[in-house]
This record gives sequence, structure tokens and C-alpha cells, in this order.
Amino acid sequence: MKTKLKTIAAGTLAIALAACSTTGTAEAESASASQATTDTPFPSTYEPYPGAPTALVGATIYDGKGGRIDNGTVFFSGGKIVSIGGPDTPVPADIAVFDGTGKFVTPGIIDIHSHLGDYPTPSVDAHSDGNEATSPTTPEVWAEHSVWPQDPGFARALANGGVTSLQVLPGSANLMGGRSATLKNVPSRTVQGMKFPGAPYGFKMACGENPKRVYGNRGRMPSTRMGNFAVNRQTWLDAKAYDGKKRDLAKETLKGVLDGEILVHNHCYRADEMALVMDMAKEMGYKVSAFHHAVEAYKIGDLLRENDVCSAIWADWYGFKMEAYDGILENAAYLQREDACVVIHSDDANGIQRLNQEAAKAQAAGARVGIDISDAQVIRWITLNPAKAMGIDAMTGSLEPGKMADVVLWNGDPLSVYSRPEKVWVDGALLFDAMDRKRRPVSDFELGQPGEGDVK
Amino acid sequence: MKRALTFAASLAALASALPLAAQDVTITGVTVATGDGTEPVENGAVVLQGGKVVYAGSAANMPTAPQSVIIDGEGRWVTPGLFATVTNLGLWDVGAVSESNDIRAGGSPFSAALDVAPVINPASQHILIHRAAGITRAAVVGSASGSIFAGQGAIIDLGSDADAVTQPRAFQVVELGEGGARLSGGSRTSAQALFRNALLEAGEFERGGTIRSTGGGGTSRQGDDIGIDSRMARTSRDRASDVLLTRFDAAALVPVARGEQPLYVMVERAADIRSALALKKEFPRLDMVLVGASEGWLVASEIAASGVPVIADGLDDLPQGFDQLASTQSNIGRMVKAGVKVAINASAMENPRNLNQYAGNLVALTRMPGADGLSWGQAFAAITSVPAEISGMGGKAGVLAPGANGDLVIWDGDPLEVGSSVVRVYIDGIEQPLENHQSRLRDRYRELDESTLPEAYDW
Repeated sequence: MKTKLKTIAAGTLAIALAACSTTGTAEAESASASQATTDTPFPSTYEPYPGAPTALVGATIYDGKGGRIDNGTVFFSGGKIVSIGGPDTPVPADIAVFDGTGKFVTPGIIDIHSHLGDYPTPSVDAHSDGNEATSPTTPEVWAEHSVWPQDPGFARALANGGVTSLQVLPGSANLMGGRSATLKNVPSRTVQGMKFPGAPYGFKMACGENPKRVYGNRGRMPSTRMGNFAVNRQTWLDAKAYDGKKRDLAKETLKGVLDGEILVHNHCYRADEMALVMDMAKEMGYKVSAFHHAVEAYKIGDLLRENDVCSAIWADWYGFKMEAYDGILENAAYLQREDACVVIHSDDANGIQRLNQEAAKAQAAGARVGIDISDAQVIRWITLNPAKAMGIDAMTGSLEPGKMADVVLWNGDPLSVYSRPEKVWVDGALLFDAMDRKRRPVSDFELGQPGEGDVK
Repeated sequence: MKRALTFAASLAALASALPLAAQDVTITGVTVATGDGTEPVENGAVVLQGGKVVYAGSAANMPTAPQSVIIDGEGRWVTPGLFATVTNLGLWDVGAVSESNDIRAGGSPFSAALDVAPVINPASQHILIHRAAGITRAAVVGSASGSIFAGQGAIIDLGSDADAVTQPRAFQVVELGEGGARLSGGSRTSAQALFRNALLEAGEFERGGTIRSTGGGGTSRQGDDIGIDSRMARTSRDRASDVLLTRFDAAALVPVARGEQPLYVMVERAADIRSALALKKEFPRLDMVLVGASEGWLVASEIAASGVPVIADGLDDLPQGFDQLASTQSNIGRMVKAGVKVAINASAMENPRNLNQYAGNLVALTRMPGADGLSWGQAFAAITSVPAEISGMGGKAGVLAPGANGDLVIWDGDPLEVGSSVVRVYIDGIEQPLENHQSRLRDRYRELDESTLPEAYDW
């Protein structure tokens, strides 16, 4: 019964449910953000787990770039994709070979918009760590400091959704919500053990109703959409004047954005507001990587393409708030028609388990109005496109030699409701296997509880 | 009168000139799923006459229907309309726009007496949008907010007419468990006490036509042991000053106490489910339905033995709260296996139009080692005939069988598959318009061409 409450209590839950991401690079000794990914004080300690050289043969492969190979072979070793091709692709002898006949292979699924860890389950107040809703601009906060690695939702996303990478964002109460954390979906005792090595930080911003409601209700700026823009612009101007002599965590993050090293993920529903944000970004000298929850993106697909901004969207959410009133099922298809970048996202601990189905629904809506989008292209919406918008597309998001062996073997067409992940590899390590009941992560929280280790 | 329509030609034409009365329709060349739990039948046919189903099954046995409009289904699927329970369709326009939203009434002096029937808006966009998604009937109720009682729900059809409500005051809803604890003052103990008291007060109201508020206390024998608080005794003399319900609320609970109106009990935890079932022993006339029941699989045999049906969350698999630690997507499959009658809860998803997707996921589970799912026929029944039966419309809705209402949906493929779409919808034999705010936006933005005029002129 929890999800129903989203609609019913959207007013109160909107902050928690509809957050966008944040960004920031903070460095110790310089205003430059050049060390945003490498010299963070909280560096990734993730190392790939051991994996055997593995070949999947005879499967239908969607490569994540929009390509499809029937009766295909994927071979990975040392945590990397070695080769991908047709049935004649050479595979070394005496390695693990899985017969993929009747099955499908995709890159690991990537969710660009998650609150796993910063709004974990159980969703009790003590776990509500996604919105530092005490000031309309908090570029100084970092989502990774809120992420609880024991959130049981990570394992569900892996086992049921084939999710191998995700971006955990701060919420959308604030115009500037803070830095995001890009994670590998691997169980870990620490968040550093999940951090995606080499991933840039993201910066979460939010348009529209949430910031003006949260702060307007407290009698402070912003209480209107024009107030939203005024606060944003002044904050950017102040950041541009920052000389870095005295460390300022907020301005270090903003400087990182202005230097192009931190990617902006902007929660924004309405088309007209997205257009204004893109102009603000030009004025201030930064770029929006993706608009999140962009339910009206279909109205400005041309503009989004020209500005090279992705739209991260749901397949069918609508109506829960005024700025979501014009959501339509054809949003993704209309964006694709304009050759704009489509990403299907979840913003939801349940939805992240079915991004493949959400993408299929969006595809079907397009087909109904005569926009035929290939299955392989639709898979790109949940693999390479989010990787690109998160700045990790050189490392993952597609099955190409040299890239991380983040791979899902599906027991059927991933765009069918009847298919589920059978095996999931992260950097070549088998971290979920539906055929092996122990090859499934169980979080600390679940130990000794009813249903521990269940298929879930 | 015979004429054949093809789908491509008919859609646009029918949108602007739909018949207002029931047509006699024969549909052939389709896969038929009747909703009764059986598997789909290929080469099937469905015949509607006088707004009712007269035949559904193999085309070979189809009776002749000379007055019918004959539709060649071209390999499509025909099913009963989906039955969504529980929902808030028709009670709101925009979730976060409070003035447009009648789901919660936390400031009301009333609780059980709240009745959605007079306020359901048949022109709500959500009714239009869900009709276009193949949902033809629904149970509608608000959310408990000022009390453990959410009030009285209605059964509606989603037809394009002014008359949505087919059964007002069809059920009452009470929150026990965590939700009830919060609403009743902070503890499950309070929810339990409030509930018992309410039913006893309703019983008194039934007997006396009023709630007595005068008289002395006194003791009450409970048997050999010291039993429950004597104030829980059942006579007005013993309960003299126990007046927590308004008269209106007490009156609303009389049919619940009599077992004439089903009581939907919202609980998740296994222990809370057991406590709810135990209430049946204390109040044997209760006609109970469990809603939520995320841990139902842990007590499946007890639920089955009680005969209480469940409207269960379909895909919950996270410990959303401490009352849902054991939640799993296999919950429904395991309960059904134990013999429980289970409908998929339309309120435990983003929108009720995700019902068929959820049902499809339960079918997918049958291929996962260690998981429990449903057969296609069972899964489809969980969004058609089973919720109809729980809603008191067994045999009339959610099923294609002779005598059932002429509610049917023509799909372009397997209705549980995420890639399938609705082609036509009939309610009571009347073909329904499928247009709504979303479809109009869809049509306007088919292209972004403003070379001659702004999009605002494209309508």
C-alpha cells in the first residue's frame, strides 16, 4: 500500500520522492575542480571481485549502442569485455561458456536517478537522508555522505533489474541539492567500496514547485519560480567570483560545475522551465547534462537536441503534482523522433527493478502512433544513454572490447514482462545468479529477519 | 444490418460518433481470455447482445447473431475489462493540489460515515485515462486520515456517462497495523481498542437506534478468568459512557457489524494479519477482506482456512516498514498456492493502469527458481474476476460469460505484456471513447511544426 500514498500524499512526499541530483567537487587546496574525481577526500576503494573468463554464446545481444547481434557471442575476461560478435567470434578453450540460446544479453542496466542509500528502506524518519532542506542552496553537501550501503534495495535492483551502476542523488527540496554519488551496484561495507572509480560527480539542481514550496512555506526566498531563478543566478555569480583562497565547500562544488568537471542533473518537469534553465546555463557558463523527471520534454525535443541535453524520464508517471499534469506515454518516443537523448529513470526503489519494462512501455506508446523504435535502441535508453549523461560512457554502458564487463544475461527478451535477469556480472564478477540461491546479496539488515535470503 | 469494420478505419470515425446505446456485437478471429482463471483460447469469438455477454469461447461453437455488428478481430485479443481494486479514481485531479483532491479528510469530524459515492467525478481525467487503459470497473475509496476508518467505498464503472456509481457504500475500510497505530494515537493497542469499541457502539446503535451516553458502569463477568477489560462488554449498561463515535459514524458501521457490508482491513505484518483474522472470532458476522498483506505468505494457510480474500500488493519486495520485513514478489503466488483468493491491489503501484504489468510479472516468477508466481490464467483473474467477486460483482464483471455485463477490451496483443495496447473498450455493450487530456497532447505534439501557426492552434 505504500506506493498508492505517493499520489495521495504527493504534497508531503514530493520532496522525498522526487529528488534530483547534486554535484560538487571539493578540493582541499584549490578552487580548481580538477581533482573532482581523483583527489576526492573520500576516494573509491572499489576493486572488481574475482571473475572467471566467461563467454555467453548463442544469445541475442543488444550492445547498448543500438546494435543487435542474433546468435551472438560475448567474451569477457579480467573484468573487461574482450570480444563481441557473431557465432564465429573466437572463444578460448577451457573457460566458462554459457549457452545463451533463447536468452538475451545486454550491458548492465544503469539508473541515472536513484535514492537507494539516501532514502533507504525501511523508510523510517531515521533513514531520511536525501534532502538537506534547511537552505535553498546546499552545493556543499554530498550524497555519498548519506548513502547507507546496507539498503536492501541495492540487491533488489541487481537481482530483479540487472542494475550494475546507478547515480544516487540528493533530493529536490533545494534549488541546488548537492553532489551525487555514482556507484557500482556491489555490496560493500562502505560507500567508498561502491563508488564508481573515475566517475565524475554530478550536481543536483531542481526547478519548479518543490523549492518554492519548501522555502515559500517558511516565508523565505524562493517562494515563486522567478525567485527560484534569482537565487540560482546570484549563487552562480558569487561562485564565479570565488578566488579559492579560503576553502568554501559550496563554492568548490559550483566551481567544479563551471569548470565542466561536475555534471548538472536538473530536476525539471515543465518544458518552459527547461528552456529557461538552458539559457541560465549559457549565461553562467555551464552545461546541463540531463533534465530529470522531464515529463514535458516532448514539447521541446528540438531544443533539447540542439543543446545536447538528455531527458531522464518515467514511462507513465503523471498527475501527482501540477507540473506533472501534462505527462504523456509518448514522451520518450517523441524525443527519439527529434533525435534527442532519452534516458529512462526510476527515482523509485521499486521502479529501478523494472527499468527494462518501463522502456518497453515507452517503446509501445511510440509504436502506437507510428514511431517505430528498434529494441536495440530502446535498450540504449537504459544503458549507454544514462552512462553518457553520467560521464561514465567511456567505461561502461555498452558491450565493447576494453569496457567494463558489466553484463546481464536475461532468460528472455528484456523488453518482455515475462523476462528476468538470470545472471548479472559486474566488472566480470558474477554477483547474481538466479540458478544459485546463494549467489544473491543479503544486506546486514535482513539477517535473521523473516524472509532472509528469499528470492524477493 | 450486417457490416464489417476494420480496426484501422474505425478508430477515428468512432471517436467522434460513438453509439450511446448498447450495440449487438460479434467479434471473431481473436484470442479470448475470459478472466475466470482459465488459459486464453485462440480462434475465439465473443458475442454481446443487449449490453450483456451471450457467448465467449471458441469460434467453432459461436451462436449465430444475425443482428450483430461483426468485427474481424484480426488476431487481436479480447478480454473482460480489467477490474481495479482499490483505487481513488474520480476523487482527485492533481495529487499535490489539495483543493483538487478529495482522497483525505483528516480535518473532518467524521470517519466511518465518509462516503465517496456522491463525490466521484465521472469526468475525472483519471477515469478517462484508465478507461483508455482497459479498466472498466473499479472500487473507489478515500484514505484513512483522521481516524482508523477511511469510510465507505463505492464500486464504479468507467463508462463515458454521468452515472459512475453502480454500488454506493459497497465496503468500509479500516487501517490496523502500522497505519492504524499512527492514526489512532501512536500504538497498535489503540487501533485495536478503537476498532472494538467502534463495533460495539455500532451494535448498540443498531439495537437502540441511538448511542446511550448516560447510566452507570458496573462489573461484567467474563468467565472464569479475568478477561478483557469489562468496558469491552457488550451491553449498554456496562458501557454507559463509551461514546467515541458520532452517531453518524456509528450508523455507518451498523452494516459492517451485521456483516452486510464488507470490511476491508489494511494490514501488512503476519502478526497483524493473525490479529485481524482473530477479530472474526470475536465478531463472527464480519465480512472481512484483507488489503496489503505483504507478509501474507507467512500465514497463508491461516488466511485460507478463514476464507477471507486478500487484495494484495503485487510486487512489494522491500522492507518498506518494520511491518513488511518478509515482503516478496512471491507473496501472491504462495497465498494462491495455499488456497487464498487473491486480487492484485491497484493502489500498490504508481497508477492502476499498471495492473496488467504487475500481473505479467507474477507470471514471469514461475520461471525463477525458488519463486512462486501465477499461471497466465490465474494472474489475469487476479485483475478481473477475482477483484470483481471481492467487490460483489462476481459473474457480472471481470469475466466473459453468458449474462455478464458487456464489458470488454480488444487489445493488439497479450494484455499482460508491456508492449500491448488497448484498441477498443466496451462497457455494458457500449463502445467507449478513448480520448482524454493525454491523448489530445499526444496528437498536438505529433510534430513540432510552428512554421505557420503556434501549437496552440493545433486542436
